[in-house]
Amino acid sequence: MPQLLEVRNLAAYYGQSQALHGVSFAIGLGGITTLLGANGAGKTTILRAICNMVRTSGEVWFDGRPISGLATERIVRLGVAHVPEGRGTFSSLSVDENLRIAAFTRGAGREVQRDREMVLSYFPRLAERIKQQAGTLSGGEQQMLAISRALMLRPRLMLLDEPSFGLAPLVVQEIFRIMRRINEEANVSMLLVEQNAALALDLADQAYVLETGRIVMSGDAATVKGDEQVRKSYLGY
Amino acid sequence: MEQLIQQVAAGLANGAIYALVALALVMIYSATDHLNFAQGEMAMFSTYIAWAFIQTGMGFWPALLLAVLVSFAAGMLIERIILRPLHSAPVLSIVVVFIGLLAIFHSMAGAIWTHTIKPFPSPFPDVSFAGSGYIGPHQIGMILVTLILLAALFVFFRFTPLGLAMRAAAQNPVSARLAGVPVDWMLALGWGLAAGIGAVAGCMVAPVVYLEPNMMAGILLYGFAGALVGGIGSPGGAAAGGFLVGVLENLVAYLGNAFERATGVYVIGNGEKLTVALIILITVLTARPSGLFGRVSVKRV
Repeated sequence: MPQLLEVRNLAAYYGQSQALHGVSFAIGLGGITTLLGANGAGKTTILRAICNMVRTSGEVWFDGRPISGLATERIVRLGVAHVPEGRGTFSSLSVDENLRIAAFTRGAGREVQRDREMVLSYFPRLAERIKQQAGTLSGGEQQMLAISRALMLRPRLMLLDEPSFGLAPLVVQEIFRIMRRINEEANVSMLLVEQNAALALDLADQAYVLETGRIVMSGDAATVKGDEQVRKSYLGY
Repeated sequence: MEQLIQQVAAGLANGAIYALVALALVMIYSATDHLNFAQGEMAMFSTYIAWAFIQTGMGFWPALLLAVLVSFAAGMLIERIILRPLHSAPVLSIVVVFIGLLAIFHSMAGAIWTHTIKPFPSPFPDVSFAGSGYIGPHQIGMILVTLILLAALFVFFRFTPLGLAMRAAAQNPVSARLAGVPVDWMLALGWGLAAGIGAVAGCMVAPVVYLEPNMMAGILLYGFAGALVGGIGSPGGAAAGGFLVGVLENLVAYLGNAFERATGVYVIGNGEKLTVALIILITVLTARPSGLFGRVSVKRV
């Protein structure tokens, strides 16, 4: 399988403290990969480091070219969409404006219009609320909006940080189903970070386990799920 | 009654200039949370540039357009070269830079063009018309130019992708970057717009107060007041605040004079206009810290 994203010896720092200690991993083209780990293991930091949102050292390669050191907005426009922790919607802008921001360099032409319709076909609930202020949406709808906004960038890789956070189980199931559809139909590879390990392992094809800033296990999701250590530490049975 | 209408009309005209200055302040404030103390001196310098173009025989409007373009570029350059390296510096350092810019533009204007007061032409024909006893053609022109500029800015921010990107960058820079918006350039663009609007403000007020390096000092103060009273977070609110302050200062003087005529007791007059305007400003801000039309920013913690 050709590699879409390759991370080599990645370290990240918040001020003086080091949050990642030389992480290396790769993500193949096409699938969904999940990063498991306890609170503070460095999952969110890895996603931030890939997009150069924190101070990093080491190498990040995307689609065969080095992207470490590029500005966040450049990396994003190369095809790495990041759905941040807490969703990061523009709460005083409308749903429609939230979507159009992500396409602002492409103007407002027919192509953008088509993308917008494609995105809304995945999330019909957003289509109903297209003129509404994003801040008035429910948590689940805001998460849908965050994913939609990422999709408007026409990404090849989507980084998702805790998309289930604070949502009711039924809503999470709905969103995860749509994520799988997007992955298969729109050809968007995904790197998923989740507290809810059982859920993540069900969705993902590949899994990495992260402990205190280091990768300690990797393999396909089913194997990782069967591992006794993982079962005890992350699945809780 | 006639005098009252006259005072309100003149207040609106002055208010138009305050509104323009307030708008310029908002352009930078909403993107960076900084109040640009050098805004007035930048506008004054832009006005000199327009004046220099007019001296070459150019008409008023082409000279104004060129001055706006030059100022726009200079504004962006100031952000890129001077403020960019300071983007994580403490607020106090930024304030010092603004004061430095103020002094630089002030003395540069004096050095290049001398401190002698110069007349500045009005672009509006000196005709008489119905109601011209209440308000002059230049006053009407100032108000119109302000309203047109306000409408243009509204359309830009509301309906263009670039305007949307600027709003997004101001509201949530991190998310804006994640949506592919080059936030740094949006800040520079805000500076460019502020400088351009300042150039218009300067050229509109120069025919009234004449051209000299100190011309914007008082006006900047009223512009601040307008922006804060209206709500410095929103262009519309700030502009409304500018008009409000303009009308208010004249009404205060008018009512004071009327009171003196009726009772013979002098309480308040033209001399206290600024004082009263500032008292009103403080009162409004005490009651509504985000301004009359401003929204309180709520942060979830």
